[in-house]
Amino acid sequence: MALTEQAILEGLAEIVNEETGLDTASVQYDKSFTDDLDIDSLSMMTIVVNAEEKFGVRIPDDEVKNLKTVRDAVGFIAGAQV
Amino acid sequence: MTTIPQQRRTLSTTTGAAHSRIWGVGGYRPERVVTNDEICEHIDSSDQWIRERSGIITRRYAAPDETVVDMASAAANEALRSAGLTASQISTVILATVTHPYQTPGAAPIVAERIGATAAVAFDISAACAGYCHAIALANDMVRGGSAEFVLVIGVEKLSDFTDKTDRGSAFIFGDGAGASIVGPSDFPGIGPTVWGSDGSKWKTISQRNSWIEVRDGDISWPAITMEGPAVFRWAVWDMAPIAQAALDQAGIKAEDLDAFIPHQANMRIIDALVKQLKLPEHVPVARDIAETGNTSAASIPLATQRMLDSGEAPHGGLALQIGFGAGLVYAAQVVVLP
Repeated sequence: MALTEQAILEGLAEIVNEETGLDTASVQYDKSFTDDLDIDSLSMMTIVVNAEEKFGVRIPDDEVKNLKTVRDAVGFIAGAQV
Repeated sequence: MTTIPQQRRTLSTTTGAAHSRIWGVGGYRPERVVTNDEICEHIDSSDQWIRERSGIITRRYAAPDETVVDMASAAANEALRSAGLTASQISTVILATVTHPYQTPGAAPIVAERIGATAAVAFDISAACAGYCHAIALANDMVRGGSAEFVLVIGVEKLSDFTDKTDRGSAFIFGDGAGASIVGPSDFPGIGPTVWGSDGSKWKTISQRNSWIEVRDGDISWPAITMEGPAVFRWAVWDMAPIAQAALDQAGIKAEDLDAFIPHQANMRIIDALVKQLKLPEHVPVARDIAETGNTSAASIPLATQRMLDSGEAPHGGLALQIGFGAGLVYAAQVVVLP
């Protein structure tokens, strides 16, 4: 069964926390991974790979640069779920 | 169906040594140390930013008149001394590089002549950062197949010649240097099975910016090497960890049996992530030569090996897992007994 966007947000926050140590509460829809959460491109790729595993989706390299905000990532994952 | 004429004579073939091993290793690091602050004279960055993204503190640059052949010869002589061999005993020279600035001839015959291995079989291979591990695999098979006795393997790069000093994504990564080893016959298995391959679909992720033809015909600047950092990072960690594990499995070695893990020194973040993915036990020393040497492509594994042996971090006779990966994309991994 496909996860709700809220469940994806919570799961993504756990992944971000594991990679960066950031509080899960700071991972909010409007936050930019780069500007607000200070996540660099290599940490972002680690988050992407862990998200693929957790949510059972594929996030191609070319797509990663389009995931600027947490909302972008949650939306992509929600749409990619089967 | 093809029939074989009855009168055809059987060919004689060679047989080689039962096993091979690495007899010695040597390295050459150019004199000039280049700091992150010097790199930042050309890019909008900082020492701290470079350290956080790459773990690199300094790298070495060759002198303007110092060539790939010069550096390779110096490392080769060091490897010969380490192995206790003379150049006349070398029957083959395999040189891995992507920065010898002649399309032809290759650098290997010149190096062979320079060090005194005259008339040795000598050829270059182009397998970028995986070049050294490819050459070790070839040398191993040549010694065991009987087409060579002692093979000089060299990884050498003058990447400073092919670095866009104004490219914020790659200017801080690359360095110059040479590493070499001697592969020869052994009474025990000293080089495990090589797990190797390629993925040409990703060739653009690490590439010279333009072909020589485009440089000739177009209004194009020097074709430096560029990288799509995040895409390479994903491949180098999550695709290469299973390759490294397969090299262990095929050699019949467990991670806890290792005395050293010597991955290509691409980026400290890649090294750390590989260690995590491989679940490498904490007691296994990990090569981190990149901090002071930068990414020297084909030279990085033998240079890191030499540093670990010289510092006592890894023991002579110990087991090391080495994996090279880079432009192509290509990769090769094997477990070796350290000389």
